[in-house]
Amino acid sequence: MDFLFKDKKISGILTILPQQSVKFEDEIENYSFSPTKCMKLKLAMGYKEHRIAKRGQTSLDFCEAGLKYLFENNLLEKDDIDALLFVSQTPEYFMPCTSNLIQGHFGLKHDVLCMDINQGCAGFEVGLIQAFMLLDQPCINKVALMNADILSAKVSKRDRNSWPLIGDAASITIVEKLGEPNIIHANIKMDGTGALAINIPAGGFRMPCTDETAEMVEDEAGNFRSKDNLVMQGDAVFNFVLREVPPMIEHLFEQANITKDDVDWYMFHQPNKFMLNKLADKLEVPREKMPSNIVENFGNASGVTVPTNISYNLGDELVNGSKKLCMAGFGVGLTWASIYMEVGNLSFNKIIEF
Amino acid sequence: MKEIIVKILTELRPEFDFSVDADFIEEGMLDSFDLVNLVSDIENEFGVVIDGMDILPENFSSVENIESLINRSKKR
Repeated sequence: MDFLFKDKKISGILTILPQQSVKFEDEIENYSFSPTKCMKLKLAMGYKEHRIAKRGQTSLDFCEAGLKYLFENNLLEKDDIDALLFVSQTPEYFMPCTSNLIQGHFGLKHDVLCMDINQGCAGFEVGLIQAFMLLDQPCINKVALMNADILSAKVSKRDRNSWPLIGDAASITIVEKLGEPNIIHANIKMDGTGALAINIPAGGFRMPCTDETAEMVEDEAGNFRSKDNLVMQGDAVFNFVLREVPPMIEHLFEQANITKDDVDWYMFHQPNKFMLNKLADKLEVPREKMPSNIVENFGNASGVTVPTNISYNLGDELVNGSKKLCMAGFGVGLTWASIYMEVGNLSFNKIIEF
Repeated sequence: MKEIIVKILTELRPEFDFSVDADFIEEGMLDSFDLVNLVSDIENEFGVVIDGMDILPENFSSVENIESLINRSKKR
């Protein structure tokens, strides 16, 4: 599905990371594999360290820390927020919406649209597309898009397939109407037949958490996890990404009538370094134009990896100037989405710790 | 080339004998994460780039299939 948006812009990005950083080497003993094998995998996958929230910290806490920072530093006015989007797989409650809670905690105006969206790896693109659609309404001039996931609470520390790459993070992206013409191209695809390739089996209404679902079981590869934990079919996800993402990006180029050389930066979701390098090679894009250092330094925080990528790698570059970005997210759902737009002259683009 | 492939495989999973006639994937001698290490080792050893779409279990199920994959990758 193709989208075309006019006269919208991103005006600021704030990424909020946990203070606690855990090194891959310090966790090798949790895995039932030889240290040599683990270290080889470290190099290939780009495992170095990841940010993990303290026990009890939630996605809401990180979003509120970010909003508080923006309000206190006069980077955002409470009354200017017309829509509050919360994109996450780790909400505060089943009900009510986390965005409503945040609206209440900060005493934001009642004339506001609060909306929670359950999305994972493509959550930034899905959130941006939703924000752009809302901005087509006359009553909505500014959207605060919050992406947050604290998935470490749902991943087994003895699962070498998932734990080393997982990271916790949140971001707040301010999206608003632009007083001058510009064009944004986006597309999105979904395939629910592969929905369980990345999932958490227990904890919903179909399979509530019990003592039985909490039982740790060893899989064929020697990983230990319970039904309460995230499980990922790594090979299926890898093949899905390499099969579907390159044609999606090629299609985006056709939509926007550009070539791959017109893009200054490829800010892609970062599941692991190996997959990203293969993706860059497949698209015949120089690997240095597609940064892969977020999963390495902070971990893969699902829908927050793209904003983290932008804040970490393009910080002041997008405050003092502008660049043409191709952004893409792919994974949970299965969902894959991409956006081509110029981003720049931001009021803020930085990382803070909470 | 076959000897080098067996050497790489043995370093990866020393508990198995890769000189025997077996399906490495079916027999559980290689898992998906072994394939990541194997691809990296092959690329470094033979100076090739394995296309991501070729990273399929069937291309790593025997020494012959791995050799064939390397030769195909050389031609690209």
